[in-house]
Amino acid sequence: MGILDKLTGRREPSSRTVAKERLQLVLVQDRVQLSPHVLQALKDDLIDTISRYVDIDREAVEITISQNQRESWLVANIPLSRGRAGSRR
Amino acid sequence: MGGRIITITSGKGGVGKTTTTANIGVGLALLGKSVVCVDTDIGLRNLDLVMGLDNRIVYDLVDVVEGRCRLKQALVRDRHLSELYLLPAAQTRDKTAVSAAQMQALCDELRKEFDFILLDSPAGIETGFHNALAPADEVIIVTTPDVSAVRDADRAIGFVEAQEKGPARLIINRIKSDLVRKGEMLTIEDVVELLAIELIGIVPEDETIIMSTNRGTPAAMDRKSLAGQAFRNIAKRLTGQEVPFMPLPSNDGWLKRLTRFVRPASS
Repeated sequence: MGILDKLTGRREPSSRTVAKERLQLVLVQDRVQLSPHVLQALKDDLIDTISRYVDIDREAVEITISQNQRESWLVANIPLSRGRAGSRR
Repeated sequence: MGGRIITITSGKGGVGKTTTTANIGVGLALLGKSVVCVDTDIGLRNLDLVMGLDNRIVYDLVDVVEGRCRLKQALVRDRHLSELYLLPAAQTRDKTAVSAAQMQALCDELRKEFDFILLDSPAGIETGFHNALAPADEVIIVTTPDVSAVRDADRAIGFVEAQEKGPARLIINRIKSDLVRKGEMLTIEDVVELLAIELIGIVPEDETIIMSTNRGTPAAMDRKSLAGQAFRNIAKRLTGQEVPFMPLPSNDGWLKRLTRFVRPASS
């Protein structure tokens, strides 16, 4: 910790907190066996598929893995394009 | 029906599976249960050393499976507890010497003779681990509060769930209470939250484990050993008794404790 941090009262997070946060991230990936790379590929495919039916805001799409106890969900948040959101068919 | 088959596993090596197996075995035997501890780590046997029975082995698990002796000939009776036995692993063979089906058949035989069959699993998630898991009625996951042990424990729990072996319950071993207090070690609550399985035991870091292992007399035999007490508590919980988790010890000197009192840690 630098002297400036000491003076301003800022502290590094404890190694316990760091360990817990790192584990939370890594266990999510281990459990679903989806690497960030594969998750990105899934996201791209999903966006392409959905875009064939409705206009969506590609940049705002969020695909995350959510966990409760030992159960996992793939959660997709897919905002429709503003203005001309509607069926393409 | 008959005895309960409990597999003790961890994923990572060196977290205390063998020590745990020996000590829970002692704890159960002290409660009057008949117990056999089975070393399934073929080629890397150690449970015999920890239990102090290494110089009494005549036959081993592979001899039984391959029909060179009867099951009872391979069982080694404990030096102190007449209801505690060891079935040693072979030291000159490897994991492929026994199949999951053979392990299952062996445990079904042991089930007729004993109240508890404790299977000490090898580290890793390969053949030996799966062979130890195959016959399990229940599973105990041993971990220590560090990142690699917790990660590997989570992998092991994943396999237990996938094979619908359960319920998997957790022992957190080698907790350094002073580090926990300083905020420099994962807490019991952290590990339970991360792994999300039921806790069955917490064991403090304790030098008496090293000394008792050196002597081949598990710490659970020692009334004064804190870790031994923790293992006896786990044995009681396995038999259905409700035992509260022990408070973690403070190894700090009086001066440090005083300063903590005056200026509480910010963690």
